[in-house]
Order: sequence, then C-alpha cells, then structure tokens
Amino acid sequence: MTVLTRTRGLAVLVATVLVVSACGGSETPAAQGGQQGAKEFSVALTEPDHLTPGNTSSSYSITVLQALFDLPVVIDAKGQPQMRAAESVTSEDQKVWTIKIKPGQKFHNGEPVTAESFADAWNAAAYGPNAWTNNYYFENVEGYDALNPEAPEGSEEAPKPTVDKLSGLKVVDPNTLQVTLTAPFSQFPITLAYTGFAPMPKAAFADLAAYDVKPIGNGPFALDGEWVRNRQIKVKRFEGYTGPRPAKSDSINFKIYESRDTAYVDLRAGKVDLIQTIPPASVSEAKTLLGDRFVATPSGTMDYLGFPVYDKRFASADLRKAISMAIDRQAIVDAVFNGTFKPMSSLVAPLVPGYREGACGEACVYDVAKAKALFEAAGGFSGTMNLYFSNADPSYEQWMTAVANQLKDNLGIADIQFRKVPAADYLSTLRAHKQDGPYRNNWVMDYPSPQNYLQSMWGEGNRMGWESKKFNDLISQANSAAGMEASIPLYQQAEDVALREMPMAPLWNWQDQGGYSDRITGVQIDAYSPNLDLITVK
Amino acid sequence: MRYAIQRLAQAVPVFFATTFLIYAMVFALPGDPIVALAGDKPLPDEVLHTLRERYHLNDPLIVQYGLYMLNAVQGDLGQTFTGQPVSELLQGRWAVTAQLAVTAWIFELVVGIGLGVIAGLRRGGIADTAVLAGTTFVIAVPVFVVGYTAQILLGLNLSLFPTAGVDEGWPVSYLLPGMVLGSFGLAYVARLTRTSLIENIRADYVRTARAKGLRRRRVIGRHALRNSLIPVVTFLGVDFGNLMAGAVVTEGIFNLPGIGQQVFQSIQLQEGPVVVGIVTMLVMVFIVVNLLVDLLYGVLDPRIRRA
Repeated sequence: MTVLTRTRGLAVLVATVLVVSACGGSETPAAQGGQQGAKEFSVALTEPDHLTPGNTSSSYSITVLQALFDLPVVIDAKGQPQMRAAESVTSEDQKVWTIKIKPGQKFHNGEPVTAESFADAWNAAAYGPNAWTNNYYFENVEGYDALNPEAPEGSEEAPKPTVDKLSGLKVVDPNTLQVTLTAPFSQFPITLAYTGFAPMPKAAFADLAAYDVKPIGNGPFALDGEWVRNRQIKVKRFEGYTGPRPAKSDSINFKIYESRDTAYVDLRAGKVDLIQTIPPASVSEAKTLLGDRFVATPSGTMDYLGFPVYDKRFASADLRKAISMAIDRQAIVDAVFNGTFKPMSSLVAPLVPGYREGACGEACVYDVAKAKALFEAAGGFSGTMNLYFSNADPSYEQWMTAVANQLKDNLGIADIQFRKVPAADYLSTLRAHKQDGPYRNNWVMDYPSPQNYLQSMWGEGNRMGWESKKFNDLISQANSAAGMEASIPLYQQAEDVALREMPMAPLWNWQDQGGYSDRITGVQIDAYSPNLDLITVK
Repeated sequence: MRYAIQRLAQAVPVFFATTFLIYAMVFALPGDPIVALAGDKPLPDEVLHTLRERYHLNDPLIVQYGLYMLNAVQGDLGQTFTGQPVSELLQGRWAVTAQLAVTAWIFELVVGIGLGVIAGLRRGGIADTAVLAGTTFVIAVPVFVVGYTAQILLGLNLSLFPTAGVDEGWPVSYLLPGMVLGSFGLAYVARLTRTSLIENIRADYVRTARAKGLRRRRVIGRHALRNSLIPVVTFLGVDFGNLMAGAVVTEGIFNLPGIGQQVFQSIQLQEGPVVVGIVTMLVMVFIVVNLLVDLLYGVLDPRIRRA
C-alpha cells in the first residue's frame, strides 16, 4: 500500500460524505407536506408576542388572531365599517352605544358568544394590574379610571384598583351590550374593528397564561395543537362556524421566520405559500419573478418630520413650512424605497375616508426658491440643527441623510448633526421632549378614521409641544358629530389648522409588498386583513 | 482524577463572575425595554409601571442579580417579557444549536483533517496549492456571504438541500448550515494539520521508524499524524464552544430556531435573565470541552500525561 492509495482513500471518504449529504437533501422537495389530500397552505410569520387579543398590538399576532376571531365590526376594502360578530352598533347621542350581537355564534370550545363574552374580555383588557397592551383603547369608556388608579403624589406605586369591571359596560341581555363613553365619540363603531375588541369565552379566565398560548376564538379557524415557539402555529377549519366567512381551506400553517430574506428565499423554493413583506432589496426581482402573484397594498402607516415647537428656534410656523418645502419627497422615495412609498401632502393616509389629495397645498410641494425666500423671511436658522431618529431600521438613517443634504443645499443650513437614538429609548426621548431638532415621527393606523391620526398625534400632550385651542375644539366637535359622515368635514377643518401651523410635516405613506406561490388562489390582501379565509389551495 | 476535580473547582468562580458581568452589561444597555415592547405605540403609565414591577426593573442591579440567582439555583430561570418561562424557551433551542454545532464540527474534523493530510503529503503539488487557495478564500469571505450564496446556489437553484428551517430534522436540515458554519474552522483545521504534518514527517523519530522498515502507511498514520493532531485537537476543542456561540449568523440565514437567534433577540429586547441563562450554559460547555481536550492530550502524547 502506498501513500497514494491512502490519500485516495481519504479523498473517496470526503467525496462520499459530500455525496451522501447531497442525496439526503435532494429528497426533500418531494417530501414536503401540504399536498397529501389536506388543503393546507403556509404563511410566513414573525414570532408573535401574545395571542390574547387584548394583549397584543403587533401585526404578526394580529395576522393569526384575524383567522381565529370574528370581531364585532370589520372594515371593508373601501375603509367602511361592516358588521361581523355584531348585528348593529347604534347610538342616539354618540355617547351611549348599543351593540347587538348576532345570535347563534359559537366559540371553538362550544360556548355561545354573548354580550357577556365581550364585556368580560374588555374588562380584562382595561384592568390595570393585568398590564395588557391594549389597555388604553378603553380609556374613553366610563369607569376606566377606577380600574387604573394613578399613583399618589410623590409615590411610584399605584394603589390596587378596588373594582375590576368598567362601570360603562352593561350587559342588557345575552345579545345586547350597552357601552357608555366619557364623552361623545362618533368614530366608536369603526374602532370596534380593532383586535383588542375581540370576545373571550368563560373558559379563558380560568387560566389566562394558558389561554395566551392556546387562545379559543369565535372565528373560521381554530388553533390546531400547540403554538410551537419560533417554529409554527397551526390552525384548522372550525366546523361549528356560523359567521359570514367560512374557511375555504382545511388548515393554515403559520411558519415563523427570523428574517424576511429567508422567508423570501423559501417562497421562491416553494416552501412557504404566502409572505406579506418582501424585503425592500428584493422587491424589483420579486415583481418580475412572481408576476401576478406579486401583491402591493397601500397601508395606513405614515412617516412625518416633527418639529420641537417648544424650542424657540422652531417657534415660527413659516420656518417649519420652509423646511417642509425644501424636502424633495419624491426623490427620497425613489432613492430609499424603490419608488414604492407615496409622497404625502396630507396628514392622513389615502385609504382613510376623508382624505384629500394635496390638502397641504404649497407647503408640501418641493420648491427651492419659495422655500429659501420663506426661510430668510422667517429669520433663518443659526447654530447646529440636530436630526433625531432611532436605530430600529437602516432606512431611517438613509432618508434622514437625504433630508440633511437637501436642507444644506436648499436652505444653506451648514451645521447639521445626526442624533441616532437606540430604538428602546426613542419614544421616551420624544415623550420627555428631549429632542431639540426635527425628528422622525411615525403613525401606524389602528382604524381608518382621520381622528385616529389627528387626535393621537396632534391632540393634547403631543410630542411637538404644539398647542391649539382651535384644533382641539374642532376635534371634539367632530367627535360629537351625529355620525361618521357628519364628522368628516370637521376633522378636515382640524387638519387644515394643523397644516397651516405645520408642527409636523407629512412625508410619505407606506406600502406593503407581498407575494404568493402558484399553489394558492383567491389571495385578497388589503390594508386591514390578509383575508386568509378566502384563500383556496389548488 | 485530582487534575479533573481541580479544573472543575476553578469553574465555580468563573461561573459567578461571568454571569454577573453579563447581567451588568445587559443592564447597562441604553433604553427602556418595557417601552420598546410596544413598538411605535404609547403604553399607558399604569401598564409600564406594573410591568417594571413584575420584572424588578426598578431595583438596583445587585438586587436584580441576587433575585435572579436565588431563583436560578432553585431551577427557576424566570420569564421573558412576553411571559414565557425561560427554561422552556431554552429547552427546544439547545437541541437545535447542539445539532448544528455537531454537524459543523464533524464536517470540520473529517474534511479538515482529510484536506490537511492530502496537502501535507503532497507539499507544493496541485492539491496542496488548491487547499491553500481554498482555505484562504474561506477565511477571507464573511460567513453571511458564504451562507447566502450557499443557500441560493445549493438550496434554491440546485435543490440539493432544504433552503431553511428544521422541518426535515437531523441531519438533512442541518447539512448546509453545518457546512457553512464549519467552513471557517475547517480552513484552520486543514492548515494546522498540513503544517504540523510537514514538520513531523521530517522529524528524527519518523526517519527512524522508516529506517526500521515500517510501511509508509503505518509511519504516517501511527507516528507522524498522531503527533500532528495535538494542535488540531486543541483547536477543535476551543472551536466547539465557538461554534455554539458563533451560530448567530448561520441560524439567522437558515432560520434555525437555536440559541444564537435567541441571544440576538434577547439582547435587543434587553432580557437580562435569558441572556445570562444562555451565556451560563455556554460557559459550561467551554469549560467541559476544554477539560476533555486536556484529557485527550494525554491519550495522544503520553509524555504530557506524566508531566
């Protein structure tokens, strides 16, 4: 035996290892599940935080919960409320609301869905010590303060509430729930389309921790087995479902991914059927690759540039408008977001009823000469301008850099510094008014009403430190208007006030890009729901 | 035996020092983890307050650490901010990372030593040049480039391996990520084996063995190679710990729900207890593997055992 054969032997061993491993891999595409009779499809998901509807506002959890729960109201593709678990939501004075529940609905464990199922769930969400994320949605229901007592002066510790039920919730009969608000609120019906208003069965309250990982809903799909953390959540068709949207497929497998890039590779490899967010860098490739199976959905999410109005250097509305006019929104959208976002000249997103294109007028139109003239007339800006954003996403720094360059070139502001704040600190910084320069502000829509944007972002206690009695008066008038139709002109007037004073400039509206495999049909993703019940497996 | 006990006793202070340091580092990260939980939405003050109390975030560092350790020695590693018990969380993840690390390690060991021997015996030849060039390349290219390229090329385009996930189980799902993770260490193993083999082949004892008329195969395998493996074993030992810890990028690319992904997430969420739990286990793995390496020296070279 010579050295030659010895090494040849080794080489053969190496080759065998490689070949064996390759063979093992090549069997896999054929071995994939989903095709053996059962009509199942898979959806790429990021690990949810909770599955109790009152305790999550993350879009990942909501994707799953929309399959598991029927909410009182849903929003159709046009942004209008439609009844789902509720039969009607009515009020004489916009303050006391009567919700009629459709009879005959069942939870996945067989319990009937009654007015009490809603009252129980809402009370639990509003109860301070439970510390559920959607607690503040019940702020305007009478009795909220008693469930969330404030800490006394000089103490950190809040006393334990003496009651655990909202006095504003009254179960009149099994199918009627009466809700009394602290002030008239014309938008109330549309808010009921938010996940936090889902009903919960009696069985949930025996062990809330167990319910959080194995929720029992009233929707077309029921949980199938355990939520396998970081791997998958399986749901199957609920046979007892009597509502308006029975499931068209047998089951859905929510496959959990850490990275969108990997999910996208898996979509291409045919290992996952639907992904709702294609990574920005792959969008143009996905368009060609998927053709009709590429889905672009305008979303309700908006980016804004906020100004610290409380800082005297930013006290002039003309200076703030000049900055807004010096920003070339289209150029930034093209460069940073592949042209997929929409430059905005309005404070609310286009899909919101009451949206007016160009509401902002020339203050949101890119015009260097006018911007410069206005800027000079307002006294200009001296010293260092700090731009604030968080490190949550690399694109924030990219577009802020573009804004900085435009302010330098167009207004001659020479000294611009970036203040990149850790994501975990960003909101506290804004809340405490620690920012002394323009900053990234963002709003993710909860329900399509101008009120959701205007009151949350420009209303009392806003991040800009902006105060306008006129604006606040218009908002409360709109809130007490006789219905949603009547409220819209008033919200628009309030929007005009906010645009005239420009404490925060609109930048652009987001768009979501998804795609699906050729195994499924009937995909109808809109800004409110992926509508998974409509999907059929070929 | 005494040697082994001594080594284990050293592990105790190492254990406390490391865990405290890690806890302090996570504690020192800027930002409020509870506020961050809600993303861009505001959390009501009452909710913030209740959650901070629940996770002892208002207490000083030393109290937090003390409470953590007190519970930990009783087997309770606490909860994540989403209410999942940490021990339950880690259970499933360890298995994934261990399978990945073992796959990578076997790949390093078999292919690395193999290539090293081939290169060493044919010093200056085509095989040697190829191994040198290949290993230089692998060391120079960042692991995520290797990872994504392998995923697209071998997983997606050629369909030789699954692209991501652990659905096919071990070994199928772990082969590609294992090779990617192991490629870096493999380059070192191959080079170490090669260099050390070349040195030993020229050594007096090998010449003596050959002069005694032993067959070349026995001379290389039994004498030269065995001695040459000491530095390689040292490297492989240390590297096993590195593989466990270095899985962050690979697990991310291939969507393997292991420890690496968890550490990354938990640091971002500032979940001190989770990070400490994982790092403590990693420290233990390092200690145990290094102990095994030291014991192995004795097997490979009896002189070390007697010294």
